[in-house]
Amino acid sequence: MNCQDVQRLLHPYSDGELDLVRHVEIEKHLADCAECAEQEKHLRSLRSVISSPSLYYTAPASLRMRIQLATPSATQRKRRPALSLVAIAAGVLLLTGASVTIGLLLPKGTGSSVDRLTESVVASHIRSLQVEHLTDVASSDKHTVKPWFRGKLDFSPPVPDLTSQGYTLSGGRLDYLADRPVAALIYHRRLHVINIFMWPAVHDEEKEVRGLSRQGFHIRYWQHSGLTYWTISDLNDQELDEFVRICREQS
Amino acid sequence: MAPEERGRFEQATLPHLDAAYNLAQWLTKDQHAAEDVVQEAYYRAARYFGSFRGGDGKAWLLSVVRRAAFDWLTKQRAQLAVAFNEDTHDRGDESTNPEFLAFQKCDQAMVRKALEELPPQLREAIVLRELEGLSYQEIATVTEVPIGTVMSRIARGRQQLQVWLTALSRGEVI
Repeated sequence: MNCQDVQRLLHPYSDGELDLVRHVEIEKHLADCAECAEQEKHLRSLRSVISSPSLYYTAPASLRMRIQLATPSATQRKRRPALSLVAIAAGVLLLTGASVTIGLLLPKGTGSSVDRLTESVVASHIRSLQVEHLTDVASSDKHTVKPWFRGKLDFSPPVPDLTSQGYTLSGGRLDYLADRPVAALIYHRRLHVINIFMWPAVHDEEKEVRGLSRQGFHIRYWQHSGLTYWTISDLNDQELDEFVRICREQS
Repeated sequence: MAPEERGRFEQATLPHLDAAYNLAQWLTKDQHAAEDVVQEAYYRAARYFGSFRGGDGKAWLLSVVRRAAFDWLTKQRAQLAVAFNEDTHDRGDESTNPEFLAFQKCDQAMVRKALEELPPQLREAIVLRELEGLSYQEIATVTEVPIGTVMSRIARGRQQLQVWLTALSRGEVI
């Protein structure tokens, strides 16, 4: 076997997919050829990184429950007769083809942390709109809003000035999310209110922007420079994305 | 579904819920979409359980999940298959002269980003091989392509990751 043959078969070799004869031939070649051995080492190094268990997504408990409810076993039905009604309801919902999250039927607190946080963010946003408690400090000047948080939080929230891009700062507010006090900044785009919450991240890693929608609100969340950000608004997706983009440029 | 069949269905599919979710999340790149896809897949799987003749419940379920995920992607009009032509996709000669690089220096966020950037067909092959530990034959069953295609997708996926991770670890943008 020459180098070209070996390099062509390096991936199936590394995956243990070759027949024994060819496997042994390649092994022999690698023992003699420094260049091919280097490539094989390289491949092993790459594979150890991309097969890290931390990249594996495990199913959220809430999903497991929904699926078990949708396909109840005989034993479950005997043991928990109260749930069978829910199961039938779930079956009906699924049968009608509606993509309805039946998590609503489940007791609170069973969802993943993102689910729970989403609920809190939506609740906080709605509360801020309802009870005329949008701002603790009302100002469109970042040099008024930023110092206001001093002494109230154990971190200093960035307060981006986005007026020139059409997102006016309305003020700041102390809020409570993820079991801790957080900074909330309020921006306006025309008549739409945007709440952006921030607090120190538990794990200091960068996380790309993710998006979801709940009850007609659009939500984006990400992690940057040690802070977790959640923003929510009834603004359309495009403008909220634009808001997030320029926010990130400035923080 | 009769209770006994329901029991068989759960036995065949519930142990693979994590595998189903992992694949769905990597294909949709979105937690909520992944949950919807998995739920839809279990629904479809329950409906077609009659056509399942025993054997590898995992490969069978994963093939249903991936079809549901691709349906979702199509609906999202995500770039998807349209953009990715296996024959014309740049193969380059990335593998022939790699400079030495300790990939261990790549942090998890970089790896995640690089993997998410792969075209879906390469991404699913890599995820099923590296994270799920499936054999080429099993991946061929799940993704419904010949084993030779699986082999080439895995090789090309890794070559692409190698190039990107080298770039990312140098602080370049991919």
